[in-house]
Amino acid sequence: MTATTTTGAVLQARGLVKAFGRVVALDAADFDLFPGEVLAVIGDNGAGKSSLIKCLSGAYLPDAGDIYLDGEAVHFRRPQEARAHGIETVYQTLAVAPALDIASNLFLGRERRKPGILGSVFRMLDGSGMRRDAREQMTKLGIGTLQNMTQPVETLSGGQRQAVSVARAAAFGSKVIILDEPTAALGVRESAQVLRLIQNLRERGMPVILISHNMPQVFEVADRIHVQRLGARAAVVTPATVSITDVVAIMTGALKVPLEDQTLTPVR
Amino acid sequence: MSETATTSAGYDAAEEILDRRTPVQRLQTVLHTYPWLSPAIVLVVALVVFGSIADNFATPSNLGTITQQTAIIGTLAIGQTLIILTAGIDLSCGAIMVFSSMVMAKTAYDQGVAGWLALFIGLAVGLLAGLANGLLITRINLPPFIVTLGSLGIFTSLTLLYATGRTVRERELAPELLKLGSPINIGGFTLTTGVLVMLALYGCFAFVLRYTAWGAHVYAVGDDPDAARLAGIQVQRVLLSVYAVAGLIFAVTAWVLIGRVGAASPNSGEGDNLDSITAVVIGGTSLFGGRGRIIGSLLGALIVGVVSNGLSVAGLDQAYKQLAIGGLIIVAVTADQWIRRARA
Repeated sequence: MTATTTTGAVLQARGLVKAFGRVVALDAADFDLFPGEVLAVIGDNGAGKSSLIKCLSGAYLPDAGDIYLDGEAVHFRRPQEARAHGIETVYQTLAVAPALDIASNLFLGRERRKPGILGSVFRMLDGSGMRRDAREQMTKLGIGTLQNMTQPVETLSGGQRQAVSVARAAAFGSKVIILDEPTAALGVRESAQVLRLIQNLRERGMPVILISHNMPQVFEVADRIHVQRLGARAAVVTPATVSITDVVAIMTGALKVPLEDQTLTPVR
Repeated sequence: MSETATTSAGYDAAEEILDRRTPVQRLQTVLHTYPWLSPAIVLVVALVVFGSIADNFATPSNLGTITQQTAIIGTLAIGQTLIILTAGIDLSCGAIMVFSSMVMAKTAYDQGVAGWLALFIGLAVGLLAGLANGLLITRINLPPFIVTLGSLGIFTSLTLLYATGRTVRERELAPELLKLGSPINIGGFTLTTGVLVMLALYGCFAFVLRYTAWGAHVYAVGDDPDAARLAGIQVQRVLLSVYAVAGLIFAVTAWVLIGRVGAASPNSGEGDNLDSITAVVIGGTSLFGGRGRIIGSLLGALIVGVVSNGLSVAGLDQAYKQLAIGGLIIVAVTADQWIRRARA
């Protein structure tokens, strides 16, 4: 069964297969992300949501199936390749270097050098330029409370650190931002900060994939919910028309959704 | 208490502004921001103490002597700092230095190779030795402590076998190899070119660590290697380059060593492996990686030099040196543990 591609999707996958020995993590999984939407990906442990995201972000190379970015087929062999195509990932593990300051973290691995001989011969970094852009980026995302870009990240709270990760993704991700359990390591108030950031990203028209276990959070920010089950997409629903109970029922297989019922159109 | 904090945004802002920190917490934050500050204070205190108990301590000629005595540990400490910033350690730095110095001296004297070429060969040997350490650490994933403990034995043994227990004396040495021992007089202070080379290297690496992407990556790798990897940094490549560069610095120190001693002896520099680590740790660089300033290591090396020289000028027992330095190491690491918990 080969599904046809939908037009207008930013990122889509058709028939992804990924097996680890005899364990089939992805079994002909499909995926669609439309412009400007927050798409939540949920599923029980072992449903393959992590493998799906790793294929999309370049961490895994699928055994079969195709991935399309803006309708063009892409093959990511390493996360750097996905990143080069404008797909940025924020990890739950607070992937920042604590002793480095906010600006250095934002540009970590992508440092910008000064123009002219200072940059080309002496390899000197454009510190003031990077700090200025970092501050602009933080303000754009509504993280105005962080003004001092030379502040070491370890002096920030967990939510603020995750905000730095999200700001980094937003600064470099031109197409898609993937958030992998961004609030798993955070407290209630800090989680709220990160959810506000996600809403800010949507307001700026950036499509976001949110992987989460937290149903209330998913229902709060997602436009659509992709339910992964047994290595494939079981349903795509909108939070407006279904209840948490229904979604959990789909996740566990208690409720089956016929293919033609799934809302595959963007909400806006 | 702020009474205007009614909205949640206002509450956040109020919390940012309200400073409820005690003076001790403020000190913690200052030391956290300026890791070289504590060694600078210790150095000044040591200078004042020895200056007041020994009349001939604070003279230009004696202070010049201290810099000369510091040159070897100080230069080794540059390479050691780079490695410790990545949360590694090099127990073999002194052994690499002595081996390189014997290669320089013997290729020139025994094989009759031109002095400059012998120097170049010695530098290449140091670079390769560092590279070998780096390859074992990055390719086979061995802990730096174990790798360099092993290579300490290997390089010490190679030095003894290669030198056949013989010292290359001053009149047998190629003149190029003695270049860094030549004295320079600056306003009564007698320095050597070796001291200037050390200072130039400190300036160079302070710049590199502060203003280049490689420098930022060294800190990031030592700080949190997983976060560095996720940010797209090639962690293994950075580590390998650090050990190779450090090996080259140790070989430059071999050149400084020959100039300072005026000979190349297989038995010199025995305590230098650990002394370089001492200088780095007293200088405020964290053994856990990712934290510290290279200038602190210069201060740390100077503290060791001042204490050692001051005790002998004051006519006190050198055994107090080990006592003082040992105490400083424990105080420095305790302070580091405490400072790491600081919140701005």
